[in-house]
Amino acid sequence: MRLIAGIATVALLGALTACAGDDSGDGGPITLRMTTWSANPAHVELFTAIADEYKQTHPDVSVTFDALPIDNYTTTLTTQIAGGNTPDLAWILESAAPDFVSSGALVPLGDAVEKPAELVPAATALWQRDGTLMAYPFSTSPFGVFVNTDLLKAAGQSLPTGAAWTWDSAIAVAGATAAKTGKQGLVVRDFDYKDWTNLATVFGGWGAEAWSADGKTCGFDQPAMAAAMDFLHKATFTAKAMPAPGTSADFFAGESAMTITQISRASLLKDAKFGWTLVPLPAGPNGDYSVIGQAGLGVLKKGKHADAATGFLSFFTSEANSAKLAAFFPPPRKPQLTAATLAKSNPLLKPAQLQDVVIDGIATGVVKPSHTGNAEISQAVRAALDPMWRPGADVPAVLSGVCAAIQPLLSK
Amino acid sequence: MSTFWTTRRRDVLTGYLFITPAVAGSVVFVLVPLVLVLWYSLHEWNVLADTFDFVGADNYRALAADPNLPSVLRATALFSFGLVVLNLTLALLLAVLLNQKLRGTTVFRVLFFSPVVVSLLAWTIVWGFLLQDNGGVNSLLHGPNWLRSGGTAMTAVIVVQVFKNVGLNMVLFLAALQGVPHELYEAARTDGASAWTVFRRITLPLISPTILLTSIITVVGSLQVFAQISVLTQGGPGTSTTVLVYYLYQQAFQFHAFGYGSTLSVLLFLIVLALTLLQWQMRKRWVFHES
Repeated sequence: MRLIAGIATVALLGALTACAGDDSGDGGPITLRMTTWSANPAHVELFTAIADEYKQTHPDVSVTFDALPIDNYTTTLTTQIAGGNTPDLAWILESAAPDFVSSGALVPLGDAVEKPAELVPAATALWQRDGTLMAYPFSTSPFGVFVNTDLLKAAGQSLPTGAAWTWDSAIAVAGATAAKTGKQGLVVRDFDYKDWTNLATVFGGWGAEAWSADGKTCGFDQPAMAAAMDFLHKATFTAKAMPAPGTSADFFAGESAMTITQISRASLLKDAKFGWTLVPLPAGPNGDYSVIGQAGLGVLKKGKHADAATGFLSFFTSEANSAKLAAFFPPPRKPQLTAATLAKSNPLLKPAQLQDVVIDGIATGVVKPSHTGNAEISQAVRAALDPMWRPGADVPAVLSGVCAAIQPLLSK
Repeated sequence: MSTFWTTRRRDVLTGYLFITPAVAGSVVFVLVPLVLVLWYSLHEWNVLADTFDFVGADNYRALAADPNLPSVLRATALFSFGLVVLNLTLALLLAVLLNQKLRGTTVFRVLFFSPVVVSLLAWTIVWGFLLQDNGGVNSLLHGPNWLRSGGTAMTAVIVVQVFKNVGLNMVLFLAALQGVPHELYEAARTDGASAWTVFRRITLPLISPTILLTSIITVVGSLQVFAQISVLTQGGPGTSTTVLVYYLYQQAFQFHAFGYGSTLSVLLFLIVLALTLLQWQMRKRWVFHES
């Protein structure tokens, strides 16, 4: 009787594994799966159109687009890989780029990318391993400052321009607007006292870096970072120009005077009920600077159809399709980075804004901080920075605490 | 049919077929993962690099030397202790109050039980908004920044969880209270016992099996808390609310250290096992009777 139970169990296990069956096999039709973090119908429609066009020349290859929630995107992706359900192609967040690029999880793109000379070096730097492109930076989105001009007007403030647009004046205007209107001043979007990497859009103005370029030395205890963090602390707790921890304010719902975020968020202002404008990041003591967020597209080595996936990536990122994708994602191709091209796809932004924030931003931008073992380091920084977010905190002491926490991880 | 299929054999087969789904479920979803976790904990498994190397007891050595472990275990113990004490006390208090023959008790029973059937995530997200510095709770209390200051974050998480589940224990206590024979109360009253003496000498001993049951359920449940931490504090501020399960999740799924994550789950398994055995042993001492 044990035998029967055993057989039944084995049969059931067999049935369960068979459920997870695949469509592998040589020559037959294959379906590629690409994970993204966008379920935006307009995006999906464009991706599907590109896949359909590809099918005309490659009738055996279909592509499905699997949108995963962005909050846990990298976690979900690695869990799928661990579970043997590896997608063929995947979008990769800049924070996860060093891990994916250096680990050997991706297929080197080599000649797969059309006209590689067109790619802006600032856009590809993060995605190369020993000089070979491992993922295509399909979206290179600079950070800018969105301003609610109605709120400023209501508070009797005017937006400083030109050389007067500095961090000091930005905080002065934000603080005064917050005090007069009862709304919040300047919000570093998505920071929320957790994802500190978004603070790079502030401390970049002081020339501060989270760690050295080789990733080996902590930068939090350097004078530039101390000055930047001291400024942030005062802006939050003394000038009350930035929301304190635990206070939420959505610029796009009219709850704050200014917000720092990527220009791709402009689409959220389509039905805005207030006047707004977009300006570059204010100059810091170290002068003008810009920060970019990036997303790459790579082929996973563990996917079942790496060759077919590389073929599709080649098509998806071609000059022609890159121009189409530019409607949503600032492209890495230099000839496509003109105000005129971008204006066609970004009707909400004026050519001058596109030139100042997007084109100049991409040319000179520093990518948000990332490192191999990024999640662990980021988490350690977050935990060590927490004591700073209260009035009267000892900023230099907290910052040396951050370095004490992450230096062992950086040198790993 | 053939002589092989005697009635007895047929009955046995029927029996096995009936239990097959349940057994298969336990094997596939409990036993196999349990053994696999043990196996993984002996490996260094980097999902991205696609390496799976046997490292023997290295992960266990790393566990013993992990500088974060003391604070994680402290947070776990604090959460469990706070939750169990607060939850059981409040549940028993509510049950005693709602066991009175008064008008409207049904309404209150429903009121206190309803959070149990609400989705955990929805409950936690709403409380997350309420506990913000400029949220609903502070518009009434003008209290501290609940989820962002080291002193109150753990308390806030515990209270959110107590409100969520106190109704379940309350109902269990209520059932137990109603099972206490009335003649014992009558006898005590005839003897002139005070209300407190009646509660201590009659009620408590007679509902002790339920106290044991609820405390086991609550302790085991408290060690598995995850969603609340993930939504409300993400382990912060600092690492003050990083409990074992959340730490395990960070290691395995966020830091891609599946081997070390598995080692942590072995530790969690052993802790739950030890606590359950301990409580089971204690029943001999303080549980009055078992029916």
